[in-house]
Parts: sequence; C-alpha cells; structure tokens
Amino acid sequence: MDTPERESMDYDVVIVGAGPAGLSAAIRLKQLGGDDLSVCVLEKGAEVGAHILSGAVLDPSGLDALIPDWREKGAPITTEVKEDKFLVLSEKGKMGLPTFLMPPLMSNHGAYIVSMGNVCRWLAEQAEALGVEIFPGMAASALVMGEDGGLKGVVAGEFGLSKDGTPGPNYEPGINLIGKYVLIGEGARGSLAKQLIANFGLAADSDPQKFGLGIKEIWRVKPENHHPGRVVHTMGWPLNTGDAGGGGFLYHAENNEVYVGLVVHLDYKNPYVSPYQEMQRYKHHPEIAKVLEGGERVAYGARTIAQGGWQALPKVIFPGGALIGCSAGLVNVPRIKGNHNAMHSGMAAAEAVTEAIKAGRSGDELAVYAQKLADGPVGRDLKPVRNVKPLWSRFGEIAGVALAGFDMWCANLFKFNPFGTLHHLKNDAQSTGKAADYKKIDYPKPDGVLSFDRSTNVAFSGTNHDEDEPTHLKLTDPLIPIAVNLPEYDEPAQRYCPAGVYEVIEGEDGKPRFQINGQNCVHCKACDIKDPSQNITWTVPQGGSGPTYPNM
Amino acid sequence: MKIVVPVKRVIDFNVRVRVKPDQTGVEFANVKMSMNPFDEIAVEEAVRLKEAGKADEVIAVSVGVKKAEDTLRTALAMGADKAILIEATDDVETDIEPLAVAKLLKAVVEAEDAGLVICGKQAIDNDVNGTGQMLAALLGWSQGTFANTLKVEDGKAEVTREVDGGLQIVSVKLPAVITTDLRLNEPRYASLPNIMKAKKKPLEVKSASDFGVDVTPRLSVVSVNEPPARKAGVIVGSPAELADKLKNEAGVL
Repeated sequence: MDTPERESMDYDVVIVGAGPAGLSAAIRLKQLGGDDLSVCVLEKGAEVGAHILSGAVLDPSGLDALIPDWREKGAPITTEVKEDKFLVLSEKGKMGLPTFLMPPLMSNHGAYIVSMGNVCRWLAEQAEALGVEIFPGMAASALVMGEDGGLKGVVAGEFGLSKDGTPGPNYEPGINLIGKYVLIGEGARGSLAKQLIANFGLAADSDPQKFGLGIKEIWRVKPENHHPGRVVHTMGWPLNTGDAGGGGFLYHAENNEVYVGLVVHLDYKNPYVSPYQEMQRYKHHPEIAKVLEGGERVAYGARTIAQGGWQALPKVIFPGGALIGCSAGLVNVPRIKGNHNAMHSGMAAAEAVTEAIKAGRSGDELAVYAQKLADGPVGRDLKPVRNVKPLWSRFGEIAGVALAGFDMWCANLFKFNPFGTLHHLKNDAQSTGKAADYKKIDYPKPDGVLSFDRSTNVAFSGTNHDEDEPTHLKLTDPLIPIAVNLPEYDEPAQRYCPAGVYEVIEGEDGKPRFQINGQNCVHCKACDIKDPSQNITWTVPQGGSGPTYPNM
Repeated sequence: MKIVVPVKRVIDFNVRVRVKPDQTGVEFANVKMSMNPFDEIAVEEAVRLKEAGKADEVIAVSVGVKKAEDTLRTALAMGADKAILIEATDDVETDIEPLAVAKLLKAVVEAEDAGLVICGKQAIDNDVNGTGQMLAALLGWSQGTFANTLKVEDGKAEVTREVDGGLQIVSVKLPAVITTDLRLNEPRYASLPNIMKAKKKPLEVKSASDFGVDVTPRLSVVSVNEPPARKAGVIVGSPAELADKLKNEAGVL
C-alpha cells in the first residue's frame, strides 16, 4: 500500500503512552522547561487510564520526587498499607512467612494500595495544568525515521482502515508528530519499542527479556470481609503444581473493593498451562475465597510485565529518543513493583532531554539518561535483586526462592551478591516445551460465582474494537499455527491468551482452522511474547479501541 | 441557517453498567463517559449539511455537569463551530429530565435564531426518547423523528423514518426538529489536527438559572435493579424431550 500523504506537526518532545513513565516525563519536562518546551503525549486508550492495569502497591518514592506535595494536591493515593502478609499456599492450606525472614527490601511499609489507572488520570490532570497536550484515543502506529537513520517522530491518529487494510469511507490518515526527542513509554513489549530494539540492536548486549502475565479482577466484597490497607502476597498453589512460576496478590483497597490477581511467569514449559484458568482456580483457595465470598466481580483485565530486571535491560537510548518505564523493563520482581521506577525513568529522561534541548541539540543519543538510570534510584533498586528471577527459573519455586532470599539478604547486609550476576538463558517463547512431553492439565469448570469462563470475564474489561478494522494481530506465516504449533505444542495460544482471542476450530472441510478474534484483545501482548514460533506480531489497533478499564 | 445539535454526556457504550449496592442508581465512579452515540450521528449529519452548503453554522449544546465540556470539545473536533454548555447540576448522578432540557434548548434555539435542530432520538442512559418531541412542541415546529435519511431542500426537510414494519417518508416544513436513528450516517473520527483546532473554538458556559428554567426533577426513582441473571441452559437429547420440556417445564406449549 502507498504511504498516504500526512500532515506533520512539530513538538519539542513527543511521548508515546500516558502511563506513569510517560506522564512523569511530561510533567518533569514542563517543570524544567515551562512554556519554552512543547510536549505532547499520545495514548491509545480511549481515555487516560483505560489501558492501565497494575496491582498495585505503590512505593511513593517516584511521586515524592516528581510532585512532593501530591497529598495536598488530592492525588488518589489514600490507602496506606497497614498489614503486610506473605503466604505460601498449598491446595487447601497456607503457611505464613514470618516477617523477620523477609529481606527488608520486600517490605511494603510506607507504600499505598492504589489504582494506577486513577493515579494516571490524576497525573494527566497535573500535566495538562502545566501545558502538556495529551491526546487520548490516538494510537502511535508507526515510526518516522530521519534520513540520518535516527528516530524523528511517530505516525499517530490513523483511523478508518477497512478489513483488507485499504482506506475505508471515513479514513483519516493521521499525522506525523515530529519531536526533537521521542520518548517511548508503551509499557511491556510495546509495538514501537520492539521495532526500535530490533532496528538499533538495543538488546545485543543484554539478556533476553523475561515476562509475566498479570491477570487481575476487581471485586466489591462484603464490608465484614474488607480490611482497607491489607496486602496479601502468595506463592505456591496453584502454580507450584510444577508447571509455572509466579505468585498471587490480594489488596484491600478503598470502597469495599479488593484487587485480586495472579502473575504467571511466561517462561513456563508445559504448553497446556492456562494462566487464565490458574487465576480462576486461585480464587477458590480458602484464603482467597473467604474474602471474595458474597462479593461481586466488577472488572477484569490482563497485562504482561517485564520481569528480566537489570540483566535484561536493553540499551535504553538511540538517536532521537529513549525507552522509558516498562518499555525498557524496570519491574523489581521480589518487590513486585515497577511503577516507582517507571516514574523515576520518565523523570530522568526528561532531565536529559531538557539539558540537551537547552544546549541546542536534537535527534542524538541521550547518554545522560542512560547514566542517570544506572546510577540513580532505578539502578539502586534493581541491581541488588538481579538474581531473584534467574534463580527462580533455574531451581524452581522453593529452592530458587530460598536461594534468592539468601542472595537478597547478602545484598542487604554486605552489599554484595554471592551469585554475582546470573543470566537469563532463554526467552519465554524458547522455554515452551513440546506437548508430547507434558500432561494435559485438568482445570476445574468455573462455578459462575467465584470463577468464570473467559468470554464472560472479558465482557468486564469493556473491550471493543471497530468491526471493520483490519486485525491487529499479524501472523508472519499464516500456516504455522496449524502446521507447526498445533502438532508440536497443541497451539498454546488457545490457552495463554487471557481474552480468548485465539481458537482452533473445525473448518468446513473438517480440518482444524486457526481463528483470531481480534475484537476481544485486551492489549496484554502475551501472544507476541509466548508464541513458540514467534509468528504473532502485536500491532497497535485504531486509537480508542481495546479495553476500557475503570480503576485498574 | 444555523443548526443546533444537543449532545449528552453518558456512560460509554462499552462500559458494563453496574447498579449501586443501595439500588438508588447506577455506578458512576471510575466510569468512562462519552457522547451519546445517537448525538454523534446528529453532529455528523449537521456537519455534512454545513459542508454541503445547506447550513452556515453548527452549534453544539449540552446540558448537565461541567465535565460535559469534554463532550462538547468532541463535537467541535467533529466539525461543530461553537459550543454552549448549560451547567444544570454539579452531581453527575442527577439526570436532567427531558422537559427541562427541552425548555433550555428552546431558549438557545430562539437566542441563536436557529432554523434546524438535529438531535439523537434518545440517550442510551435513560432511553426516554422525549427531548426532541418536547422541543418541537415547545417551539411549535414540525418534527421528523427516527430519521435514517435526511434531505434538506427549499425550506423543507424530507425525512425517511424508521417505523415498525418499514420506512416512512415524510416532508416537513422548516424550521423543524429532526431526531436521528442509528442508520442515518456513520460518524467521522475526530482527527488529531481537528482535536487540536477544537481546543481553540468558542465554548460558552451558562447556567440553567440564566434561562430561568427550573431543572428540579419531577420524577423520583423508586429503585434500580439489575436484570435477573440468566439461568444455565440444558442440552436435550431428542425433539421429543424438547417438546416435553417446553410443555411440562416451561409451560409454553
């Protein structure tokens, strides 16, 4: 297809993604540059917060640095953590891990239970008050590269393509948003970040990135079961049945709402694992069920997070821009937190950009940002815990986590890690084993009270895509799902997708056929990560589509 | 000719609406709000008439809370020329009833000397389907409701109406009130440059009391309930069993 003629618009800084990283960058840019710097933020969700999904227990250190008087400014951050429990679950039982055994860096003291969706909505208000232009419902769908090979800008706001990819009757070509610097804050496995990492070879010297798939539900529970400020993290059942790593969470937020979720590490080997069904049976554990019973599920969603930590961090800078937040991959796995680092990274990038623009530069590499990331709060947060995830992957949950605890205690007490730096050996797709080597998992049927089937739950994510738009899930080779993935892996896409996008159904000729229900997609990116043939590419659909999360 | 297009801020059609535990209404907390889809169709139709040279100005009007400004900005981004917000409440849960809205719109239509009103046939929140009709009555104008085609020519509007059992074509004298049905048009996307331009278009803010209209609700909501949950189905083994169940269990045969 010919590239349509597009108008161009210039800003000093173009930011992709109105999450904690992008909005923090925007706010910091305006704090430092004022009216001299023009800043725009593009957000593919129909409104800011519509695609934000996070636990979340927020370490306010990032916000303290960005907006020190956030309490006076009415930030929606009010439920301070009062009780912090860590449970190891067996199928029916539990064992509490005594607090004194927990490495101090895992403590949630001083943190808050928040909806990051609402925090981002509030950050967007702060940014707009400073003069940042935020455009929700505008997806950044392509990179605009300069003749010198650097990143110049992005294409945003293309609407109205028909099914076959040609312009439909209401077609809008979108515009080229050009910036002196472009900051990419798309979250884990962003579609533009993926291209930039490949084009500039940013991951050449880092370990493969590792991901987890977080599936979350918001429940309104009976007042007698609600203890605002209580944080429960769990390990063990249902994931310790040997098939996948990960852990669960149950946060008692405000208004009788409880956030319950399970993060499943996507390096699981058994292709029969269904993260969705693991989450559903998780809620039947007596420790979880007793809180949810008599309550009502009010929202559902899923999102991948980057878990590779310090070793997997790609080079975050390239000519013309930088990766921020989870586009780089800044989650601290044992602390189960990344929002504070996302904010710190946005601020660090903004500081580097302001300095560069004031010096008359543009379109080059922001070395100062990379330096600040390594030497500043993000590096200090991630480096000491760098061995947790590799130990977990290598030695399984019990031994791996015990060794990880030892490693973290040493880092805490003696400022050194006895294991040095352990590397991630494989990416998540490569970790997938062959179906023939594993047993099918017999998941219980949902009871419709605590657990639900996938399509029922997806209705609680408010997901919608235009009927006529082309599918945004692209197969490099359309034959692979049936020819390779089905016989070798029993096509795991049927199970790893938390929205039931992928189905293998019987075609009219009686042969299996691979069907993509792109309209259900909740933009979690698990398929792009986990497909063992690396044959699925998640591209951004038309702006405003996807989930409409409330206070996720 | 000026066209007035009323637009309402409602819960987005993708949101799964929930009833509040105390059954006094539905949940608005953390819920995405958007322009009523039928009103989007109305804005589109008005903008097309202007683009076809049949109108000079499109004025979008919203009655409700301050935040309805966002809805008006969307209308401006789609091509409306100016917007008027009539603040009638500061409580998002208070639904301003159709008669009060119609009275306010009448005042705007008269002040602007408009020749045509195009509005959505109903809002997807309360589904009343009354504002357009009430406004036509208050103004003493013709009305063409449930339009799926609209032709404006020589001081007349030819409206193809979606009625039970088919289509009805009526010709009404202008000035008139037209209400839009789903198939009238497919609204355009607000493009990024137009969203930027919309930020600079005029948006007047007034209050209901400026027009001397009492917006106190005349109806009281007794209770709001969720529809009953659907019961699980059964798979029957044979036509005979089906007939038996229909007759003896469901009692419909």
